[in-house]
Amino acid sequence: MRYQLIGVNHKSAPLEVRERLAIPESRVPDLCRDLAAYPGIEEGMVISTCNRVEMVTHTVNGSADLRGFLHQHFHLTADELDAHLYEFREKDAVRHVFRVASSLDSMVVGEAQILGQVKEAYATARAVGAIRGQLDQLFSRAFAVAKRVRSETAVGSSSVSIASVAVDLAKKIFGSLEGKTVFIVGAGKMSELAARHLMAHGCAAIFVSNRTFDRAVGLAQKFNGQAIKFDDLHATCDRADIVITSTGAPHAIFRREHGEQFLARRKNRPMFFIDIAVPRDVSPDMAKLDGIFTYDIDDLQQAVSSHVADRRHEAERAEAIIASEVESFEGRLHTLDVVPTIVSLQDHLETIRQAEIDRARGRLGHLTAEQEIALEALTRGIINKVMHTPITTLKTAAKESEVTTVVDVVRRLFNLREKDATPPEKKKEVGTRR
Amino acid sequence: MSLLWLRFALGCYFISLIYAFVALTRTSELFSRIALHAASLGMVFHFVSLVELFVSGQIVWASVHNGESLLAFLSMTFFMIVYGIYKTTSPGVVVFPVVFFLTFVAAVDEQPVLLTQYVSHKGWLVAHIILIFTGYAALVLSFGASLLYLLQERRLKAKKASSLISFLPALEVIDQIGYRSLLLGFPFMTLGLLTGSVVAVTTYGHVDFLDPKILLSLLMWAVYMVMVFTRWNSGWRGRRAAVLATFAFVAALAAWAANYFSTIHRFAAS
Repeated sequence: MRYQLIGVNHKSAPLEVRERLAIPESRVPDLCRDLAAYPGIEEGMVISTCNRVEMVTHTVNGSADLRGFLHQHFHLTADELDAHLYEFREKDAVRHVFRVASSLDSMVVGEAQILGQVKEAYATARAVGAIRGQLDQLFSRAFAVAKRVRSETAVGSSSVSIASVAVDLAKKIFGSLEGKTVFIVGAGKMSELAARHLMAHGCAAIFVSNRTFDRAVGLAQKFNGQAIKFDDLHATCDRADIVITSTGAPHAIFRREHGEQFLARRKNRPMFFIDIAVPRDVSPDMAKLDGIFTYDIDDLQQAVSSHVADRRHEAERAEAIIASEVESFEGRLHTLDVVPTIVSLQDHLETIRQAEIDRARGRLGHLTAEQEIALEALTRGIINKVMHTPITTLKTAAKESEVTTVVDVVRRLFNLREKDATPPEKKKEVGTRR
Repeated sequence: MSLLWLRFALGCYFISLIYAFVALTRTSELFSRIALHAASLGMVFHFVSLVELFVSGQIVWASVHNGESLLAFLSMTFFMIVYGIYKTTSPGVVVFPVVFFLTFVAAVDEQPVLLTQYVSHKGWLVAHIILIFTGYAALVLSFGASLLYLLQERRLKAKKASSLISFLPALEVIDQIGYRSLLLGFPFMTLGLLTGSVVAVTTYGHVDFLDPKILLSLLMWAVYMVMVFTRWNSGWRGRRAAVLATFAFVAALAAWAANYFSTIHRFAAS
């Protein structure tokens, strides 16, 4: 178990740092490839959402230089980055992955979206061949754990998504949402969800704008709304009371001067910007204007923190599930670690036995069927007796931490070869679980 | 007797007053209900007091204390109308202290002070007082709303989780309360000032524009008009509107205080 993980999330790093680490969707496959090819790393996967950027790896010796990888790929110095990083190894890495997939590490604990995002990251890494056996096992288990947490605890049931928090905030500003106009900038899933919530609470008209106009048209049709060309964005935006923006733009697309124009055209009626983009789409100085309210992804987190408290109890139960799952995963992995050794030990002794029987036959001449059976039984009996203690020791060691030492000793004593390490049944098992 | 009822009313308003201070720091559904009931009961006593004053023939229209009592009652009526429409008691944070203060002053002593001048057209005077007081009451409410707007805006901008559970209604609701009171109050105030000048002309034959009372009243009206205009024309709200509303409110207070300096609008002990 040489899992190693490094990353930042909404708790460890401010938005300014996460913005600089944000990875555009199109770059994720390349990054996975680079990660898997980095010295000391066998398999790698990149999880990049608006709240976290994480590199999950399986390494050669459990101590790959993941920080070096980050410095190299994000052009950030150690000073800027290291204070915000967290790094987990082995069991801790497994626990972290389980917690992320189960939405216990989310900004809004229990929200369902993160599982989808992790699955997507997993599929991407698999597609480029950056995931093989080890991460495969880890994530298949993580998805199962997430499912278990969801079905056995109420963590997800009263899930307060960012979308519903956005609705609450909009109501604090506008009172009733009846007849309010929503503008979606950047046709993403998250903004679509938020828009759907707002419409359900009475918002009337909807505009959609996207750099790819066709996607805007597609989304607008879903809501009976109107697609707006991206170039006309600033000219039309003042017609909206609520703007949900989530573009992948590297710089802010709404700046103070735009805000001033909007307010002048709207006769100072308030506007609410929900900025779920990382990097942010709305420049921070917009919030200084009277009548403009901007909530970025971190502000939304603060707003949901009160809801999170309600579900602390359920989260505790979920943590207990995670803890037991981590233990059993570790146990299974160790058992899997000893299985190849046991198999090659059996193979090794069987080969010796066969060779010795052949030699005996040459010396003894013709044997009756009964003698053949007796010879078979004798040799098998000896082998089994000899193998009994080493196999039991290996199986016991699998449950303890010194498993690698015991495996090493057995391999050395019997001079077992490394290539037998992956038994056929293990490959099969991984394949069927997918 | 009328004064006794007024003092009962004062007792009820006192409970509402406590609410006004408590509501600034915490939210309690129960307490806001108690405050509302206390205010309603106070209004009943207050109404009885005014009616008794009226039917007993003791009412002296130009008495300062009766005026204050009437203004307090009208402000409370506005508050209740707002509550009826928006189901919020939060304007009470501003309205209750003002009402309590007015009622308190009106209820302290038996001796109302009167306008020294003899007024020839009593009908105009009654119209003047009712109109101008309605205007004042609306102004109090819109002043209160503009302060609450500012408070709520701050809370929303501060982005604290606690701002979600604040006692204040939505920003736009506060805005509507303020704007509607403003629009409603303005014609009353204007007509009140016009009838006032009619009274002045019929009594003195002219309007003395240099009299502090008239100067301050005109100033207040001008600020009032600027508020209505900037709101209607460019939608001023928030900080700028609050500054104007405060200015108008201070001008209104000054105009009221001018009763003690004005030569033509002077009240004195009867």
